[in-house]
Order: sequence, then structure tokens, then C-alpha cells
Amino acid sequence: MSSYEIGIWVFMLAAFLGFELIRRVSPLLHTPLMSLTNAISAIAVVGAILITGEKDTSTLSRVLGFIAVVASVTNVVSGYLITDRMLKMFKKRGPEKR
Amino acid sequence: MTAAIFPAFYILAAAGFILAIKWMSSPATARRGVIVGEMGMLLAVVGTLLRHEVVNYEWILIAFFVGSAIGVPIAYYMPMTAVPQRTAISHACGALASALIGTAEYYRRMPHGFVMGALVLETLLGFLTCTASLMAFGKLQEILPTRPITYRGQNIVNLGIFGLAVATGIALIVSPEQSWLFPIFMSLSLVFGVLLIVPIGGADMPTVIALLNSYAGLSASAMGFALDNKLLIVAGALDGSSGFILSVIMCRAMNRSFSNVLFGAFGAIQATAKQTTGRPVRSASPEEAAEILNAARNVVIIPGYGMAVAQAQHKLREMYDVLNRRGVDVRFAIHPVAGRMPGHMNVLLAEADIPYDRLFEMDDINPEFPRVDVALVLGANDVVNPAATNDRNSPIAGMPILHAHEANTVMVVKRSMNPGFAGIDNELYYMEKTLMLFGDAKAFVASIVKELNAVGVPH
Repeated sequence: MSSYEIGIWVFMLAAFLGFELIRRVSPLLHTPLMSLTNAISAIAVVGAILITGEKDTSTLSRVLGFIAVVASVTNVVSGYLITDRMLKMFKKRGPEKR
Repeated sequence: MTAAIFPAFYILAAAGFILAIKWMSSPATARRGVIVGEMGMLLAVVGTLLRHEVVNYEWILIAFFVGSAIGVPIAYYMPMTAVPQRTAISHACGALASALIGTAEYYRRMPHGFVMGALVLETLLGFLTCTASLMAFGKLQEILPTRPITYRGQNIVNLGIFGLAVATGIALIVSPEQSWLFPIFMSLSLVFGVLLIVPIGGADMPTVIALLNSYAGLSASAMGFALDNKLLIVAGALDGSSGFILSVIMCRAMNRSFSNVLFGAFGAIQATAKQTTGRPVRSASPEEAAEILNAARNVVIIPGYGMAVAQAQHKLREMYDVLNRRGVDVRFAIHPVAGRMPGHMNVLLAEADIPYDRLFEMDDINPEFPRVDVALVLGANDVVNPAATNDRNSPIAGMPILHAHEANTVMVVKRSMNPGFAGIDNELYYMEKTLMLFGDAKAFVASIVKELNAVGVPH
């Protein structure tokens, strides 16, 4: 089986897994869910690192790669931190009120 | 040896991402989810930095530093009301990253066949999502007009540009050496992204933001195919399916189809809307509103985008506390498309420390409305418009609504009688049992709180 064929299998299974998992997420958390998946898709940083860090790469690649690393690191950092900041705010009714 | 370790980093990272989303299903486990997600990302980055192809670290480190310097302040200092804007910007950043990586890969390797196909898909989705998200940001930030902008033949122009972009893309797949085509392909994708958002109004933003989320993910997934990296495929597919499901949920909550959201601007019906203004409504002062709330046994508050604009959530929380102390049962009814992005209202109310078990979804609260003493509508409009169920000709016909009109008394806080985003008049305002509370949401709730404190406990 070629690597691309495996890739398509992986994509299909991951997409179905995603559907099943996300359907279970309570609408209460849809906003943090979106910022979390956003941070996850900033995995593009992997591709950006590979391009920026290569040995003899052209200036064009280096510049594009550099911008791509900046953009995706921004997303990783702000995405995870803000998701956590939002989730911290979700509290159940405290015992003192009942 | 080392060759066997590197895939392990990526496989563990993928597992971390999957667990992160799984744990998002409940507020009790969600923060744990963020931690495994972070660990997954850390593993992926470390695993990549250790690869032998990566030899040049200075630029990467500078970029890490710059990215963190931008990201940390955004995460900590941005007000919660700006969450939709931040989401739009981060979609733009993510999409830009994958589009630029695709561009760099093209000029570097000039790949053929399957890889070129993946690359074209990656850059097409990347560039169009980038400009579309920036446009969405502009509309959310109200730099651009939030009303949909339409003109004759708009759909034909849009589809034409998209068709051209796809055609250039296919030409590039067939003969990648024709590198003069690439800038054209790029520009067409960028322009299409702009045109796609021009006809979309503020009320449709939840769907569009979710859709752009999905595109950004699919673009990352396509990059995974182009670089033959399974981790990118998995992470992108998770993001892609997440955005897709959210936009389906949003569409369903408005009883509209995708094509209707993207191509059938809501603004077209504004002209017919205004005829009913001038009909008599009953209005009330903060004193009267406070008295009614004080005498109620149970109250359901229906927040909408107006609450976010007025930043009324903290005052609302004070009102919630006062009423709670008086033994009034206060609940919140959240329509899926209330606000400008999925879950917008929940985050704002959570920010104001309102316990999340007091927030109810539409299907759970709707059967309760006939037993509700007071329904207080705060900055919401179309989501409580009974025309959606009663009037088959209404532009929002068939949209599921919160049944506020079934409550014994309805109070609506609203700045003026101007129709809402969809430009549709609301029957609810003219009902016998409805009291209009004219004023800024925050100021009005504040004066209700003041009055409530003055009234004292009824017995």
C-alpha cells in the first residue's frame, strides 16, 4: 500500500473519530472547543519548522517558513492559554449557595 | 534506533489531540483535555526539532519567541467579549501558515501528481480562509459594515472567481512547471476569500466562523498529504470535522442550508420589514420591571448578542444573585445561534460567574416556558420571534426558537424598536403580555438591581 493510500485511510478514520467525539461535546463548551481545535490545527508548525530549518534552503522558503512559524506559534500559544482561561470560568453552583 | 523513536513522538502527539477533544465533552474534564493537548503539541514540536533534516535553529527560535510574544498577551489580556474576533484572527493565522508552507514547498520541490494535488488544495483552502477570516474579523470588529452587502450577479461573480481558481489549480497539477500560473492561482484564492464574506451578515457569523474553522483544518490536513506526515493529517481532520459539525449545528438552529447561508444573504428582505413599526407597544420603567421580577417565582433570562455588545453579563450576575437570595428561581435559556460564534453566550455568562448548571439549551427549556412567570429577553431578537413558527412567509420561517411568548409575562430589554439583524419585525413585542424595557442593556439591568435592593423582601 502506498504511503498516500495509507494517508487517505488515516484521514478517513480520523474524520469519523472527530465526528463522533465532537458530537458529544456539550454546546456549553462550543467556544472553548473551537479555540482548542484551532490550537490543535496549528500543528502546521511542524511543516513550518521543517521548511525554515532546512540546511540549504532558498531565502524565499526561509522567509515564508519564518512567517508560518510565527503565525502557528501564535496560534498554539494563544489557543491553548485562552482555552484554559475560558474553561477556568465554567463553575458549577458553589455549595455555599444551596 | 532514532528512526524508530521519531514516529513515536508523532503517534503520542496524535493520541494527545484525540484525548484532548474527548475530554472537552464535559466541563469537569475539559481542563485536563487542554493539558494533554499541550503535551501533544510539545511532543510534536520536539519530535520535529530533533529530526536530522532540521539543522538551522536560529530562525526557528526567533519565530518561537515572536509568536509567543504575540500569543501570550492575546490570551491573557483580551476581553471575553472579543472572543469571536480572536477566533477569526486565529483562523486567518492558521490558514496563512499552511498556505505559505504550501507556497514554499511548491517553489522548492515543484512536486508532481498526488503531492501537487494535495499542495494545490492546501494553498487554495489556506489563502481563501485567510482573507475570508480577515473579512470576518473586520465585520465582527465592526471595521466593515456588518450588514450583508449584495449586488446583482454576485453569486455568478463569486462562483466564476472560484471556478477560475480551481481551473488554475488543476492546470498547475497537470503541469507544475508552469510556475507563472502560481501567483495567479494565489491571487484568485485570496480574492475569492474576500468575496465569499462580503454578502454575509452578522447574524450568520456563527455558521461562517465554524465553516472557516473547518477549512483551516482541512488545509492543514492537505499539508499532511503533501508532506506525507500522518500527524498533520490526523490533527487537520479533527479540526476539519469539528468545524464542519459546528456549522451543521448552527445551520440547523437557523433552519437554513449551507448554500443558503453562503449565497442567500439575509439582507434582501429588509425592505419589507418596517411596515409594522408604529404599532402600539407597552413599555415599563425599571421600578415596574423590578416589582414584577420580585413577585415572580421563576424567571428565564434569554441573552443575545445585545448583551455582549452592552457588556451586561456582570450586571446580570448581580441581578441573578439578588433574585436568587429572594428565592426566585433564575435560569438562562441559550439559543444555539445566540451571539456571534457557537457557545458565545455560555462563555460570557461563565465569565460573570454564573454557574453553568443554570444555563439551559433550547430543547431542554422550551417545554418549561408555559410554567415560567417572567421571560426576560436581553439583547436577543430573532431567536424569540414567534413568526418563525407562525408565519410561513417570514424569512426566518421554520427556524427553531425559544418559546418566550409562552411565558406569563415577557419583558424585552431593547435600545429602540429597530428590527434586529435579520431586519424582521418581531410579533413578540406587540403581545398583550409583553413589556418593552427601552434602554441600554447594562444600564437597564443595573437600575433593576438598584430597584430590587430598594424593594426589600416580599412576604
